[in-house]
Amino acid sequence: MSETQDPSHDVVKAATEEQVPTEVIGQKHGMFGVQGTGDTSGYGGLVRNVELPGASTPPYDDGGWMDDVATALAAASQEAGIDTAVEKVVVHRGEITFFVRREDLVAMVRLLRDDEKLRFEFCSSVSGVHYPGDAGRELHAVYHLLSMTHNRRIRLEVTAPDSDPHIPSVCATYPTADWHERETFDFFGIVFDGHPALTRIQMPDDWPGHPQRKDYPLGGIPVEYKGGTVPPPDQRRSYN
Amino acid sequence: MTADPYAATESETTQGKVYTVTGQDWDSVVTGIAEDHDDKVVVNMGPQHPSTHGVLRLILELEGETVTEARCGIGYLHTGIEKNMEFRSWTQGVTFCTRMDYLSPFYNEATYVLGVERLLDIEDQIPEKAQVMRVLLMELNRISSHLVCIATGGMEIGALTVMTIGFRERELVLDLFELITGLRMNHAFIRPGGVAQDLPAGALDEIRDFVALMKKRLPEYADLCNANPIFKARLVDVGHLDLAGCLALGMSGPVLRSTGYPWDLRKAQPYSGYEDYEFDVCTWDTADAYGRFRVRLAEMWESLKIVEQCVERLAGLEGAPVMVGDKKIAWPSQLAIGSDGMGNSLDHIKHIMGESMEALIHHFKLVTEGFRVPAGQAYVPVESPRGELGAHVVSDGGTKPFRAHFRDPSFTNLQATSVMSEGGQVADVIVAIASIDPVMGGVDR
Repeated sequence: MSETQDPSHDVVKAATEEQVPTEVIGQKHGMFGVQGTGDTSGYGGLVRNVELPGASTPPYDDGGWMDDVATALAAASQEAGIDTAVEKVVVHRGEITFFVRREDLVAMVRLLRDDEKLRFEFCSSVSGVHYPGDAGRELHAVYHLLSMTHNRRIRLEVTAPDSDPHIPSVCATYPTADWHERETFDFFGIVFDGHPALTRIQMPDDWPGHPQRKDYPLGGIPVEYKGGTVPPPDQRRSYN
Repeated sequence: MTADPYAATESETTQGKVYTVTGQDWDSVVTGIAEDHDDKVVVNMGPQHPSTHGVLRLILELEGETVTEARCGIGYLHTGIEKNMEFRSWTQGVTFCTRMDYLSPFYNEATYVLGVERLLDIEDQIPEKAQVMRVLLMELNRISSHLVCIATGGMEIGALTVMTIGFRERELVLDLFELITGLRMNHAFIRPGGVAQDLPAGALDEIRDFVALMKKRLPEYADLCNANPIFKARLVDVGHLDLAGCLALGMSGPVLRSTGYPWDLRKAQPYSGYEDYEFDVCTWDTADAYGRFRVRLAEMWESLKIVEQCVERLAGLEGAPVMVGDKKIAWPSQLAIGSDGMGNSLDHIKHIMGESMEALIHHFKLVTEGFRVPAGQAYVPVESPRGELGAHVVSDGGTKPFRAHFRDPSFTNLQATSVMSEGGQVADVIVAIASIDPVMGGVDR
């Protein structure tokens, strides 16, 4: 925390909440887009860390289902010879996220689907998130898996650097990932290796760029109204 | 004569002749195909076609009347809702996502809001009345959505009476929405922390009248369709997809339940207090379009049961809060109904403009800046009329969503078009897609 931080803008944390370790992936400067001499409030000097929930250590939920999943997964991946597949585990707000090394993803999802103690037979969705500040791991692909057998949900997260945006496709295990991976490719430019036909799905085939990356502008034009001009949403002064 | 700048150009292709048919020159196709002696025709159907259930483009490869390959082209309704949400406050996000699947706006709002509330860690603090109102609106919405599905599905196979009565009843549900939220669609009513405003006077009586009327009207659908030989001839054994196929393709909702598997998130992973209501999960065992129709019909009865229970509970909750107590999150005022419709509460304006400087500052901060949501990610799916609808909500600790991705059931379920329609006839493609009930606003977002 920087000394210029105004404590009244901290997110109010419940007193009972235990302190979770965090992972800093960037910094935010200022308050509502005013810097220099125009900044009469002084808030332009505000510096705030962007902290994501960090790795958790077992036991994750005191012997509950999360520990069962983690144990079963560890045993299964040991057997399959990919015991270093899980980089870290994050438990936050009652949801568990396994960060998986991308080279082990295909073997991992096969275990998750087929192992009797895991049985995540349903892949709800694949979505992308672009963290420009997470150096070397800018692109994240996030998989939400559901086990109807055991009534559990987990999340897998796989990262790839911007310079090498390749992640293996899970289509062979979860055919439903077909369109989801196409959408994630379309919007984030993550190339899912092994996908049967990785083409754009929402944007036109000849569209340049990948629109949901953070460096891609929202677009829009200024609108005149009663003599005033309203800039497009991504160029308006706004809080950050 | 000037050339039409919008007319299709003569297309060059290496794989056969291209015919552009716009509804009146079918003879050219017939004679052309007769001359070429080519049995295989690739038909581009849509995106502007009355039977494709929205702006969906189908590419069908036909041999005679038989479909050998079917592919979907989507994206014609993509509006960048997810990207837009990253530039608005958390509360404003609701006004965007409600427009995705426009037949079930409350579910879009609910899954997003539940995700935001989980990140805010206020899931336990949502007042009971807000929870009951959410369930009430969602179940009314399920009825209106299923009615449109049955109505448009009927229209596409020529059952026009089913369409007219379907829209007749849907209108009644929309009237209730208008009474409660002020709008017939795109309500932005479920907000982080609760709902936008309390029930208006007389709403419960209107809902009771509606339930009584629906109990008389719903049997009409059964009388018209259930045993109708033409209806059954078009639907039975069409669009077949078994349980294994459903799981592989990520199918949920009525399509999954038509295989006989009673998976319903309201029962399996209850949210918004669904565990407190008594209702059954409806299934059918034929795994075809007819089964999906029967599942939807039965689900409307179950929704009516839940609506009745909600009304009963709401009658005892008059005057209870509908927004979370935390003033750092709760919207500072409720709207009020004036002579010119719904708008700002005059009492609240009097308070902030004439009585309290601090209240004005508080109002200004919360409305312009919004609240900050702790960094992290959440995924809280709900059982929408079409299946599992979930919002993957990511925050970086700021006042705006860092990323919001919607797992829309229409998008996922539409992938089954190929397996459901290949090997069937062209007419069956329409029935199969209608039985998936895709809403293109949700597919394309």
